[in-house]
Amino acid sequence: MNIVVLVKQVPDTETERKLDPADSTVDRAASDGVINELDEYAIEEALRLKEKHGGEVTILTVGPEQATDSIRKALSMGADKAVHVCDDALAGSDALQTAYAIAQTLGTLEYDLVILGSESTDARTGVVGAALAEYLGLPQLTLANKVDVDGTSVKIQRQTDDGYQVVEATLPAVISVVEKINEPRYPSFKLIMAAKKKPVTKLSIAEAGIDADKVGLANATTQVVDFAPAPPRTAGTVVKDEGNGGVLIADFLASKKFV
Amino acid sequence: MDFSKDTVHEDIRQAVRDLCAKFPDEYWMKHDQSQEFPWEFYNAIVEAGWLGLTVPTEYGGGGLGVTEAAIVEQEIAASGAGMNGCSAVHIGIFGFEPIIKYGSEDLKQRFLPRLVSGDLHVSFAVTEPDAGTDTTNLSTFARKVDGGWLVSGKKVWITKAQEAERLILLARTTPRDQVAKKTDGLTLFFAPMDRERVTVRPIPKMGRNAVDTNELFIDDLFVPDEDVIGEVGKGFKTILAGLNAERVISANAAIGIGRAALRRATNYAKERVVFGRPIGKNQGIAFPLAEALIKLDAADLMCQQAAWLIDNGYPAGRQANAAKFLAAEAGFFAADAALSVHGGYGYSKEYHIERYFREARLMRIAPISQEMVLNYVAEHVLGLPRSY
Repeated sequence: MNIVVLVKQVPDTETERKLDPADSTVDRAASDGVINELDEYAIEEALRLKEKHGGEVTILTVGPEQATDSIRKALSMGADKAVHVCDDALAGSDALQTAYAIAQTLGTLEYDLVILGSESTDARTGVVGAALAEYLGLPQLTLANKVDVDGTSVKIQRQTDDGYQVVEATLPAVISVVEKINEPRYPSFKLIMAAKKKPVTKLSIAEAGIDADKVGLANATTQVVDFAPAPPRTAGTVVKDEGNGGVLIADFLASKKFV
Repeated sequence: MDFSKDTVHEDIRQAVRDLCAKFPDEYWMKHDQSQEFPWEFYNAIVEAGWLGLTVPTEYGGGGLGVTEAAIVEQEIAASGAGMNGCSAVHIGIFGFEPIIKYGSEDLKQRFLPRLVSGDLHVSFAVTEPDAGTDTTNLSTFARKVDGGWLVSGKKVWITKAQEAERLILLARTTPRDQVAKKTDGLTLFFAPMDRERVTVRPIPKMGRNAVDTNELFIDDLFVPDEDVIGEVGKGFKTILAGLNAERVISANAAIGIGRAALRRATNYAKERVVFGRPIGKNQGIAFPLAEALIKLDAADLMCQQAAWLIDNGYPAGRQANAAKFLAAEAGFFAADAALSVHGGYGYSKEYHIERYFREARLMRIAPISQEMVLNYVAEHVLGLPRSY
């Protein structure tokens, strides 16, 4: 079974993340790039499926030159090879354009499953999986916290607020995962050394079959009109305990729907 | 001179950092206090394949050098694990040089793969109550018997002897008054830890308490001929194989402790507000931290040069000793500055600085004292007359 994992490089959430005021895109120089956290779960799940069913795990990344660091990490976790679509024309592409670019690139690959994180920590649109499935005309199984493949079908547990749904589809399919699905492995020393020798295919948009008129900031279907930093935290409410402190705290938590 | 980024080194650094992040300061404080060996950490290091980094690939190891082992140890120490973390895995990452360089094929086949898989625990048993740096004065004696040797004597400062299955043990096989050179007549053994024959007594100590340090009383311990490392009578040369490398790797641990202390102190100086402003605004607080960073970075560069020389087969006595000296001073300076920045809280267990401080102090006496480093440089680099 051949699995393609979509890996996005995002600004490290541990550092101060910024948007570039000039064009409202992510300021990539402002912080270190890391693998989008949920994508690590996607990689882990792909590796586990490969260990069970055989086949190959391919990392697919659409992103700038510096995304090679994240691709190398994904290969160090144990993926077999990678495809990196890297082209200045892609800069500023929105979620739909990214899904289109991925769909076009997938057309050049053989796969039974596409796995991705359910959202990224930078844009947090959470729509790439759905848009991709639409472009490809494939079933989409979202928010998976468990994946089982049986022959030509795949069954997932779809996480909901109060439990899960079991959803089944035929292969090939697109699956998005949540963090409850597994515990991603660390790159082991041997795999780090082996990753150096694994093939990474770098594609321009032309080589990936992507139409230049359909990607990039100028052609984006959505636009960031304005942005502002979160307001600083306010002082909060001080409750004086006059014997009824417990009740007041409970009331406060209830008013915020915590209890 | 090429200081461009080496992606393998960066990946090693990041992978060890990610692994260590699962073992926060609280884990190390708990183990330092309970004096329990950090098994969870050890097993995680084994599982990720970091043991046997320098073991040749044909025995299942990583085939890398001092440069990479140093990165691993600095990252472990810098995570806040300090010497508790480094000492738990040190021999596994870099303690087998005598066997790798001088051991028989049989010894290598039998033991190197087990070192990599992590189930072989070993102690370095060289120093004695009356022979620390003065190695040739050691009195542990191995007497030839049929098929092997019978070893008797005392050893002290033996790390991990509670867990060890084997000892890399140096003993006299010819009395000192019967050899031409006092460095002759010593033999290195890969001795089985027969607890019927070796009494192990832990030494209560100031810091690094998650990993035991012991006295050994050895009484007629049998070591078969095939477990001799290198040539009989040439044990001194055999043991020297890894000493410069060990200095550089230990130096990296010292730098790591300094970086951990500096990180905590810097965060604290940004957050702690006194007289209505963060204390880091005071140059009396800020300057020692800036100086600590400069000292750590300078020591790091010396370490990198020494590691490169060793890995490329050049003599490195001068650089390895300098690296050890600078790193131990820089690590201690940083820990001390961090303590000052924290004030009274620095003295409390809760902020972890006191633990770093105790361990940073260790690095000025181990694996060799700063004074013996100066002796080396005075005598062997500057050509001054020997003082002892």
